Amino acid sequence: MAALEIHNVSKDFGSERVLKDVSISIDSGEFLILVGPSGCGKSTLMNAIAGLEPVTSGNIYIDGEDVTWRPPADRDIAMVFQSYALYPSMTVRQNISFGLEMRKVPKPEREAAVERVADLLQITPLLERKPSQLSGGQRQRVAMGRALAREPKVYLFDEPLSNLDAKLRVDMRTEIKKLHQRLGTTIVYVTHDQVEAMTLADCIAVMRDGHILQLGSPDEVYNNPVDMFVAGFMGSPSMNFISAMLERDGDDYAVRIATPNEEDLCLPWPTARVTDAMTEQLGKPVILGLRPEHFSEEDERLSAQAEGTLLHASVTVVEPTGADILLRLPLGEQEVTARVGPKCAVSPGERLALRVDMARAILFNAETEKRLA
Amino acid sequence: MANVIRRQTLAARVSRLAVYSVLILAALFYLLPLAVMLMTSVKPLSEISAGTLLTLPQNPTLAPWTKAWGEACTGMRCDGVGGYFWNSFAIVIPAVLISTTIGALNGYALTKWRFKGSELVFALMLFGCFIPFQVVLLPMAQTLGWLGISSSRAGLVLVHVVFGIAFTTLFFRNFYVGIPNELVSAAKLDGAGFFRIFWRILLPVSTPIIVVSVIWQFTQIWNDFLFGVAFSAHNTQPVTVALNNLVNTSTGVREYNVDMAAAMIAALPTLVVYVLAGKYFVRGLTAGSVKG
Repeated sequence: MAALEIHNVSKDFGSERVLKDVSISIDSGEFLILVGPSGCGKSTLMNAIAGLEPVTSGNIYIDGEDVTWRPPADRDIAMVFQSYALYPSMTVRQNISFGLEMRKVPKPEREAAVERVADLLQITPLLERKPSQLSGGQRQRVAMGRALAREPKVYLFDEPLSNLDAKLRVDMRTEIKKLHQRLGTTIVYVTHDQVEAMTLADCIAVMRDGHILQLGSPDEVYNNPVDMFVAGFMGSPSMNFISAMLERDGDDYAVRIATPNEEDLCLPWPTARVTDAMTEQLGKPVILGLRPEHFSEEDERLSAQAEGTLLHASVTVVEPTGADILLRLPLGEQEVTARVGPKCAVSPGERLALRVDMARAILFNAETEKRLA
Repeated sequence: MANVIRRQTLAARVSRLAVYSVLILAALFYLLPLAVMLMTSVKPLSEISAGTLLTLPQNPTLAPWTKAWGEACTGMRCDGVGGYFWNSFAIVIPAVLISTTIGALNGYALTKWRFKGSELVFALMLFGCFIPFQVVLLPMAQTLGWLGISSSRAGLVLVHVVFGIAFTTLFFRNFYVGIPNELVSAAKLDGAGFFRIFWRILLPVSTPIIVVSVIWQFTQIWNDFLFGVAFSAHNTQPVTVALNNLVNTSTGVREYNVDMAAAMIAALPTLVVYVLAGKYFVRGLTAGSVKG
């Protein structure tokens, strides 16, 4: 049975509809991430699940029970807030046990729960401190501890890492992942950080303007995006979008990229990946989507069996990141980013031979921005 | 300004000296009325008629204070202002407590449990801060009559509570607006209700604004004269009204020393409150602007 089911939920603020017919269902133990730019409705959806905002229409089921009109306290959920929202006048211990106290759990059990959670999150030495005496990372742990103490059916995380510095954010991300693997909890997690989404999720819902554009595993969302928005939102550096024309020669399809002052670049499209949608767009403008890692520098020793199409371009910017090098180079009328190995010795202005892995390239309709193939 | 780096030239020292001299003179000037009152209140009548305002008392005596407290005539009765002093407390304390409590609840509801029109309600309450006292004298007298509490202490408490709510609501609303709503959301998820959240989460962090509200209300209500004179009987008068009657009683010799002693007695509680809690007052007024 689904641990959480959202059924055709819509939400209006005044005359504006911020959630439009949203439906999601996740199983017990699944990690769902709602991701999208600011104002896409992800936090509103989170508040609707929590019961902090009433929905305009639709239903929400937790563990099979319709909780649409139940107050937050009766939904068996716990939430970790962006600002942590620790009660300032209470010690860490009181913060963690407050929810249990409100539910009239006897004192010995409360104490046991606090010990268990403090042990799990390694915050035992902090139990008698006030929130104002804690660092950002410690507050974050306490906020999670408060959620974990009650052992609810569903955990809600509202951008929990966005107030931490970069290093701590990566550490806490790993920690959340470990906790999830260890406890097998059902988690709904809101973030605008696509790296968090990719690394943590079992299932990602990419949202925009109150719609869910795509719901799928990180792999699906990354490698098989439904449209240009999803493709561009997931991945860093983001996908390159190149204006092109779709052509056909017999059974062979090709993507022609108009290049100023040079001969047009023609990239053959793998025959196995031809779709029906493509045939309708023949001779029309399309958008070719290539991720930076779909490029690789040409290695002459391997060129005999190397796959992909060869192209030459002069590099404009070289950005070494340590683990690899990001190159900016012109392709057609745009400038694109390519990710190559750290040993690639190239300086700005030089011409470089690159292979493009067309087997992983993605084709979009230039007008609707929907995926063609 | 010890942390301003400046070379100690002669000119700088001279100008610093000038600044301090002016400030000290100004301070003395403002303290003078208080000094005169204090001195006069401990002089026998003979010294007052013989000397000037600024002559130091030759034979200081507390007789004017005891007379002002227990024997001086206020209108037809001659039992001092002592009884009225306690009257004032009996009116001020409940009025301050009730208006602060209601203001806190109003501020909490208006910021953390917003409802349709809550901004309008707040704007209307704010309007209450600007209503002149005189405007409500007659309708209030009528209302107190209907309620059967005219000329009673309870009536005066009610009047002051009604008038005070506008200010206390303003104080608490502006304070609570700075407290993150996520705290209330977290408490709701934890299972706490309206009053529990107020009591356990909001109230423990409200000390600065409670102090502001209490000092403000205490001073306002203690110093009130108009309501006191309009809605009291001879046995429920606050001390301000009694002081007025004492000074204006026109029989016999005018006893300036007793007048001054009575005025000091009437002013003392607000002075004490401000001296004890004044620094919290300033701190509390600015508390909203600093992240807690």
